[in-house]
Amino acid sequence: MNFGRVLEEATPLLLEGLWLTIGVSLLAIAIGIVIGLIMCLMKMSNKIVFRAIAGAYIWVIRGTPMLVQAFIVFFGFPQVIQMFAPSFRLDAFTAGVITLSINAGAYLAEIFRGGILAVPKGQSEAARSLGLSKGKTMLKVVLPQAFKISIPSLVNQFIISVKDTSILSVIGLAEIVNKAKTYVGKSYEFFSTYIFVALFYLIIISILMIISNYIEKKLKYEEKKSGK
Amino acid sequence: MASDNRKEKIRVTNLHKYFDKNEVLTGISTVITEGEVVCVIGPSGSGKSTFLRCLNKLEDATSGEIIIDGFDITDKKVDINKVRENIGMVFQQFNLFPNMTVKKNIMMAPVELKKMKPVEADKKAMQLLERVGLSEKAEAYPGELSGGQQQRVAIARALAMNPDIMLFDEPTSALDPEMVGEVLDVMKELAAEGMTMVVVTHEMGFAREVSDRVLFMADGVIMEEGSPKELFDNPQNERTQDFLKKVL
Repeated sequence: MNFGRVLEEATPLLLEGLWLTIGVSLLAIAIGIVIGLIMCLMKMSNKIVFRAIAGAYIWVIRGTPMLVQAFIVFFGFPQVIQMFAPSFRLDAFTAGVITLSINAGAYLAEIFRGGILAVPKGQSEAARSLGLSKGKTMLKVVLPQAFKISIPSLVNQFIISVKDTSILSVIGLAEIVNKAKTYVGKSYEFFSTYIFVALFYLIIISILMIISNYIEKKLKYEEKKSGK
Repeated sequence: MASDNRKEKIRVTNLHKYFDKNEVLTGISTVITEGEVVCVIGPSGSGKSTFLRCLNKLEDATSGEIIIDGFDITDKKVDINKVRENIGMVFQQFNLFPNMTVKKNIMMAPVELKKMKPVEADKKAMQLLERVGLSEKAEAYPGELSGGQQQRVAIARALAMNPDIMLFDEPTSALDPEMVGEVLDVMKELAAEGMTMVVVTHEMGFAREVSDRVLFMADGVIMEEGSPKELFDNPQNERTQDFLKKVL
């Protein structure tokens, strides 16, 4: 066990992996929010087709492990597509982003739905009574409040997604864990390296939590001025 | 109400409303004319609020006809959003938007529905706030106001679209007793200015003083109606007599 050596040798490697971890997480979360919002609205729509599509999506994604989803996206889909377009290739980065965003999307859909349901019915009634359409009521009155209610769960999902990038090491995405594995293969420094990896995640997640706490405080509008 | 040729604002014909298999409104018919102030009283569970909420389609009528300014709002082809622009509503729980300042609450509908430019809406909001006596609270958030103040803002918000009908759903029921007066005062002013108003209320003093007509509802129908004088001083129906004995 040689922490000094690991620190020196592994840091540049892990840092390389770190950027990929952050890049994939951010992209996936951004796309996941869009998917989640669309699926959530579809699930709450009064059109049965929309509800069925969203329900099936959420059911399948939540009911299967992300590891399997990653295999299907990275190895499975290209095989099917190559039957029609033999030159098709999917790189690990794209596959990773796709997997993580459809995965996060399903959970975010449920988080948003919970948030929307938590906005008192009187809010949309007030908006509708003023003459706002259903869509405008959702956009201007319900969603901003639902989003605020959802923040703690959203942050939780972000944290899970950031950590879930480590699963994507199985499809060859060169993120932190993957880099660490390569390094361990050469150096046999299992303990020091993986402790070091754990610390890396701990630092990223801590930064994320500090940012989210800050945002949450900023958004607490009711108490905004009354705290005098 | 003398049968003069005042314009008809609301005509309800044989309105029925079911919640699942439970019939809450069992055939309501009435006509409300321009400038009329109608108070709806009655025991809880009598369907007063449901009746009121049918008038701007927050509840769908199961059957019957509701004609507002000539538009049958039970007809699916009628754009209910347009009709609602002319009907302000004030709720028991205020329902102000907590994430917007008082001024933004009032400006929202006129700006979103493109009736006013933001500058105009701002001016309008300030006028309305002055009218309800809350100019100094323009930049406050609803959570910082007392119940009475919130309800006055809610009235200002409902007035921002220049409606010609105002619906009040037990506007003072959620208020501490000392705040009831300030809200009723604003409503009295509105009535005096000729606003057509339908008010579901437990404030018998207000109903007696301000309304042109009082509807007594029980079991989903209008059991008795008349001028406040007739209804309060000389009720004919046994249920009315019974109810008034309990609340007066």
